[in-house]
Amino acid sequence: MQTKFSLGRRFVIGVPYVWLLLFFALPFFILLRISVTDMGGGVDPFAPLIDTTGGAWRLMLEFKNYVRIFSDGDASGGPTIYVDAYKTSLKYAALTTLLCLLIGYPFAYFLARCRPTVRPALLMLVMLPFWTSFLLRIAAWKGILADQGVLNNFLLWLGVIETPMVMLYTDVSMLVGMTYVYLPFMILPLYATLVKMDLRLLEAAHDLGASSFKAFWLITVPLSKVGIVAGCMLVFIPAVGEFVIPSLLGGAENIMIGRVVWDEMFRSNNWPRASALSVVMIVLILVPLALYYRSKDAVEK
Amino acid sequence: MSGYLQTQQLVKRFDGVAAVDNVSLTINKGEIFALLGSSGCGKSTLLRMLAGFETPTSGRITLAGSDIAAMPPYERPINMMFQSYALFPHLDVWDNIAFGLKREGMPKAQVAQRVDDMLRLVQLQDFAKRKPHQLSGGQQQRVALARSLAKKPQLLLLDEPLGALDKKLRERTQFELVNILESVGVTCVMVTHDQEEAMAMATRIAVMSQGRVLQVGTPKEIYEYPNCRFVADFIGNVNLWEGTLALDAADRCEVKTAHGVVHVGHGISGTQGMACAVAIRPEKINISKNRPAAVNNLFTATVREIAYFGSYNTFIVEVQGGTTVKILEANTSRYDSGEITWNDAVFFWFDETAPVVLTQ
Repeated sequence: MQTKFSLGRRFVIGVPYVWLLLFFALPFFILLRISVTDMGGGVDPFAPLIDTTGGAWRLMLEFKNYVRIFSDGDASGGPTIYVDAYKTSLKYAALTTLLCLLIGYPFAYFLARCRPTVRPALLMLVMLPFWTSFLLRIAAWKGILADQGVLNNFLLWLGVIETPMVMLYTDVSMLVGMTYVYLPFMILPLYATLVKMDLRLLEAAHDLGASSFKAFWLITVPLSKVGIVAGCMLVFIPAVGEFVIPSLLGGAENIMIGRVVWDEMFRSNNWPRASALSVVMIVLILVPLALYYRSKDAVEK
Repeated sequence: MSGYLQTQQLVKRFDGVAAVDNVSLTINKGEIFALLGSSGCGKSTLLRMLAGFETPTSGRITLAGSDIAAMPPYERPINMMFQSYALFPHLDVWDNIAFGLKREGMPKAQVAQRVDDMLRLVQLQDFAKRKPHQLSGGQQQRVALARSLAKKPQLLLLDEPLGALDKKLRERTQFELVNILESVGVTCVMVTHDQEEAMAMATRIAVMSQGRVLQVGTPKEIYEYPNCRFVADFIGNVNLWEGTLALDAADRCEVKTAHGVVHVGHGISGTQGMACAVAIRPEKINISKNRPAAVNNLFTATVREIAYFGSYNTFIVEVQGGTTVKILEANTSRYDSGEITWNDAVFFWFDETAPVVLTQ
């Protein structure tokens, strides 16, 4: 391994980093910066952080946006609407992840174990939905789940139900939509790890007295852990901040954090609070991630 | 002695093509039995049927008197040491060895005792907490052996047990492996494509080709008394001369070949004039520039190639008609008088006990 990178290599490695710096790190710092300004009194959110008027240097940091997220000064002491929104978001993101895992794992397993000649076709089917516009696909679910929609009409025709079920604009329709949209992100990393697995390990397990289920549970599952973790992250992280699906398919009662941020930003024009809410959300996701990686490193050492 | 493991008319077809074709073998208790053949000869399929990973198309497999052909692999009292070991990468050495014991619901204390015994047997006591990827090839092989022996199988299957090791290590390991197997006293069936490995380790060898067993015998029987052209050619080096049976007596016969008549010191059951071949091992042929005293099988030739291998020399000589004959000569003396060089006219001869007549 050469330690000095050639110009070409530096360029290739550098481009994505520059990209991330410009379009992830920089906006994040702007967000962070806005989140510590006071909205009241016509303060410019981009005013300098350090005030030098009067000769003394004063750091103009305002944390009340963060304080407000966790406490609304209400004597009852109940959780704020923001905390509720975080809880709802985490709950539905976790449920979506679980559903994706339950549906995606058997599918990825089947995909990885079927004949190599049919795999490309099946993989294509997994990615096929991406060929259509995301919004269009969500709108299609409305047509399926509505009171007079395809599913209700079909069930009525079958005689399974007598009156239409209310599915649209409920938790069910939201979860269906989220699971549907995020499923490929679970399947692909799972497939990638499962297809690489050495099948002789399963034979070895059988040979040593493990039934098919035991061999799956003791060998296949632990060996696909990398894929499970990667898939869960790819689903969970964007699902926490999901805005479009809840607002198109979800009900009015369970407000998720993405919606709250949007409202603060565009309805209340309260940019600092919207920013603070976003920062807290990122921390909520990053902290468990960091802890996971640290524990994993510790175990591997 | 009745067989401990028996296969009867065992057949396995894949899409109509027979991978194992009518194999009937009898393997005795405590024996190390080798299935030897080149790749695609059906030896691995046969082993996989014994392990239970393949179901026979027809035929029976009996172990200690009971039919096991329909038994799933996890119920068979058989364990296998896999080619390139198939150690569980996420489990350490201790857990790899304990895997099978835990599956049969053995109490924890007993598992620990058994795993420790196994680690001592393969001398890996200090490596119990290592993961497979932290071990050398030889150590991994010993873990695989310990894992397959842990459940005290009635039959141990070894799939190319030394295939993943380099040559020097292989020679050392093969004796170590035989010692361990003999100390445990387990009946073994091993699969190998390496004839030296089979000869060094096995008590008996079955030579396989195209799904069939051609010959079963001790290493010596297979080398000295091959029963067909394929076996003679597959095991070691051989000079095969095609000819016809000129004389057939009770204790001797003569074969007429393109190079002259070969006198053979054993009788065969054949008819005069039938086509047959004479197989002569290169090391059983003598070579000299001087004409020896009267011998029966004496031929003249010209030296074409000489290769010096240290412990022995190989000569390729050309007889009349252009065919070449391979001759091996042990390098017993450091000072060679009358050294043979390229294009020398030489005599070569062999004893009447040296050639074997092959009719198949």
